[in-house]
Amino acid sequence: MSEPTLAVIGAGPAGLAAGLAAAARGIHVTLIDSATEAGGQFYRQPAPGLGARRPQALHHQWRTWERLRDGLRSHVQAGRVRHLTDHHVWFVERRGAADFTVHALLGPEEEEPAEVRADAVLLATGGYEKVLPFPGWTLPGVVTAGGAQAMLKGGLVLPGRTVVVAGTGPLLLPVAAGLAIAGATVAALVDSADPGAFPRRSRALAAQPGKVAEAARYAGRLARHRVRGLLHHTVVEAHGTERLEAVTVAALDRGGRVRPDTRRRLVCDTLAVGHGMLPHTDLADALGCRVDGSDVYVDEEQRTDVPGVWAAGETTGIGGSALALAEGHIAGRSIAARLAGQEPDPSGWAAAARAREKLRAFFAAVDAVYAPPAHWAEQVTDETVVCRCEEVPAGSVRAAVRELGAGDLRTVKLLTRAGMGWCQGRMCGPGVAGVAGCAETAGRRPFARPVPLGVLARAGEHGDLPEERDQ
Amino acid sequence: MNPLRLVRAEPGPAFTVTLDGREIEALPGQTVAAALWTAGVTSWRGTRGEARPRGLFCGIGVCFDCLVTVNDRPNQRACLLPLHPGDAIRTQEGTGHDE
Ligand SMILES: Cc1cc2nc3c(=O)[nH]c(=O)nc-3n(C[C@H](O)[C@H](O)[C@H](O)COP(=O)(O)OP(=O)(O)OC[C@H]3O[C@@H](n4cnc5c(N)ncnc54)[C@H](O)[C@@H]3O)c2cc1C
Ligand code: FES
Repeated sequence: MSEPTLAVIGAGPAGLAAGLAAAARGIHVTLIDSATEAGGQFYRQPAPGLGARRPQALHHQWRTWERLRDGLRSHVQAGRVRHLTDHHVWFVERRGAADFTVHALLGPEEEEPAEVRADAVLLATGGYEKVLPFPGWTLPGVVTAGGAQAMLKGGLVLPGRTVVVAGTGPLLLPVAAGLAIAGATVAALVDSADPGAFPRRSRALAAQPGKVAEAARYAGRLARHRVRGLLHHTVVEAHGTERLEAVTVAALDRGGRVRPDTRRRLVCDTLAVGHGMLPHTDLADALGCRVDGSDVYVDEEQRTDVPGVWAAGETTGIGGSALALAEGHIAGRSIAARLAGQEPDPSGWAAAARAREKLRAFFAAVDAVYAPPAHWAEQVTDETVVCRCEEVPAGSVRAAVRELGAGDLRTVKLLTRAGMGWCQGRMCGPGVAGVAGCAETAGRRPFARPVPLGVLARAGEHGDLPEERDQ
Repeated sequence: MNPLRLVRAEPGPAFTVTLDGREIEALPGQTVAAALWTAGVTSWRGTRGEARPRGLFCGIGVCFDCLVTVNDRPNQRACLLPLHPGDAIRTQEGTGHDE
């Protein structure tokens, strides 16, 4: 029998840790990612043509990255890992027990098809940023906080000269610090979270001194760059006609409502904004994996409930790069054992399991603190576009609920087209749900990427499907 | 400080591309969006419905706000597409198919 094969989708911390752990144990790994370089969001690298001699100036935990990068290099040289870049996976086909075909589209244009066969699959596709709508959020100059970070790390460019970083969540700190050290003036860091809520959750925080120190380091950097922190504040409106010129911010009251007497205008050419993260779950969903809320379900070994499919990192729940590494490592070892027909021994990954447990508890506490203001939807005027692709204003969504009786995202979508555009509701889902006052259900998308019809028509042509194909 | 200096970048030679016929500079490896940002441009599309200006939003290929026409191919994501010498970028109106 030939060596067992594993397809890892996503070359971020989770996918890399898993790929290295599995390859070291005799598994033949194909690492597939849409990016041109390994690293994922956290370890996004400058394009090689830019010749960065000190990319670590924009990074944290660079040693960990060096270990992952060198590990990948040596496994690739030894032929144990095949690294496919510029491959956008749109579907994972399960043709039977231990028989998968990963379908991808090649290159940035995503038109040419490619297929990878594997005995097992690891989903390590990470997440993307959630942004809730507010008046002016479609103006050029308003970008996601992670997007500003991605452009800085990957393209070595700044979005503008004077930036306001706003929203809520732990990502805002590294983004504000990154922009400041790279030369932008960060006019303010606006977070709707109430820092007073932290001490009440100090058990989980105290269990993570490293994380607390990390936050303190960012805070120190921001102080050095004289970045003003406006806590328990929110951006009420972004102003401008052709591009962003200023934002209005205001303090929140204890109930999470805007205090009108505190409104003030900050001049800026860029607003980097984010309200937390959402996992990528499309591939898991299409495979039939259980998704709990917005997270792919996994067991202690990082197995989904579909045999042969593992998941690790932010696709199983948002929790940062250290958690992604721990989950990836466990997944890789579990896969190696199972593909060799053995029962894995969890004592082999005890340290990673302990880290996983602590980090999950830590992020549960962090999540509870960093919640968007309770009444954010009240600030969304009827004219505010909520679905960016289909240009659906909040008024239409409200009318669909009030006058046509829509009570869930699907009905709102059918009545207003919100969520029907290019992004398939990825950007507008939480916003539309909030404005409509219905549950934020994870969207079901048959494919993770738009697929040219010609590719779709030819996708089934590779040989006969096995008889016992289960759906 | 600027990002290139911060990481001590020694990029390959800059090259020229055009934006609506006007020449702008790009560095090897940079995406359409990165080059446009460097040129001070943040909007390169008019929406289908209201012809509102749009540019980059998510920066990672998820939102499709950054669509642009490059070398006569409409609907390319500026945040993902690397540039090559001589590429012609055009501001995209609507779907980009009826220009
Ligand atoms: C834009 C952005 C910027 C961020 N910046 C920071 C930061 O500066 N600091 C910080 O602490 N945290 C940051 N984060 C949080 C970050 O997601 C986690 O810390 C960490 O990277 C999670 O690791 P992961 O391996 O689970 O996923 P990721 O690192 O997100 O890796 C997932 C990989 O999967 C690939 N992928 C996804 N879908 C597909 C598909 N269908 N086909 C092919 N490939 C696919 C992606 O290209 C990516 O390389 C950022 C998040 C985002 C969205
Ligand atoms: S900016 Fe979102 S897809 Fe390019």
